[in-house]
Amino acid sequence: MTRGRLTHFLFYLNFKFIDKTMARLNVNPTRMELKKLKARLSTATRGHKLLKDKSDEMVRRFTVLLKEDKRLREEVEEGLSSALRQFAVAGALTPAYVQETAFSMPTVALQTECETQSIMGVDVPKIKLSESTEGSRLPYAYSEITSEADGSVEMVSALLPKLIRLAEVEKAVRLLADEIERNKRRVNALEYIMIPQLEETIKYIRDKLDENERASIVRLMKVKSVK
Amino acid sequence: MQGKMAIVGNAATITVFKAAGVDAFPVTDEKSARETLRRVARDYSVIFLTEDYAVKLKDFLKRFDEEAYPVVLPIPSGEDTGYGKEFLKSAMERALGVDILFND
Repeated sequence: MTRGRLTHFLFYLNFKFIDKTMARLNVNPTRMELKKLKARLSTATRGHKLLKDKSDEMVRRFTVLLKEDKRLREEVEEGLSSALRQFAVAGALTPAYVQETAFSMPTVALQTECETQSIMGVDVPKIKLSESTEGSRLPYAYSEITSEADGSVEMVSALLPKLIRLAEVEKAVRLLADEIERNKRRVNALEYIMIPQLEETIKYIRDKLDENERASIVRLMKVKSVK
Repeated sequence: MQGKMAIVGNAATITVFKAAGVDAFPVTDEKSARETLRRVARDYSVIFLTEDYAVKLKDFLKRFDEEAYPVVLPIPSGEDTGYGKEFLKSAMERALGVDILFND
């Protein structure tokens, strides 16, 4: 082994050594501390289990929502693109300013009921459509606009409940994804840092206490034999 | 709680929504879209945004992901931007780490 490699190897050993001692908490090896740490360890273990269960359940809910989101999005995409196509045809048949005036005064005032509901402690929106229509659904006289335009407006109106549901689901997916990520980080911190650290420290204190006990026994025996 | 709905996007797409009773806010470029969204987010709880702008304002839209409201929903605006698929993929990747929907 060359000198360079040897020092490197020694450095590595040293590093490992430091790393191992670093995992231990900086506490005095007393019985009192041992008791405290044991309590902390049991809390950490229980917390870890709970968080893991929470994570599992969130992932389950998330996959359900994800599938619904995909389905709804496909439906909305299809419905909306055909509505828009039809509207484009209508636009081509009517002068722009006529269309402009015809559509600028909607008779339907859409209102939504906005609540929140909790999925595993995450507040997600819950929206209900409440519509107040005054008279005819369409905001213009039939003579002004072609039937294509009527059709496309109707189609969009029919799509709105789906759009609302999609808005709800998509927001829930976003919020849940964030929460799952955060929760995962917590679980990992407990599993790979907190719990090993506590175990290591408890072991260290136990060893130290045992050592002290042996030392005192040996001392006693020595004192007795000297006499 | 009572809320209102708004749609922000290119004029061609949003006119038809206006007729259906959604308040429409036409925008012409990225900057005005950003400004309009900021203004609209204060008064409206459900905001539809056409996908062409949603793609451009991706980072800006992140700020709406903290709370339940307002809900900003990108909607398809004629041409396909692949936004929906992209969104689902990234959410899946972040939360699950595996692809359970598309398998490609």
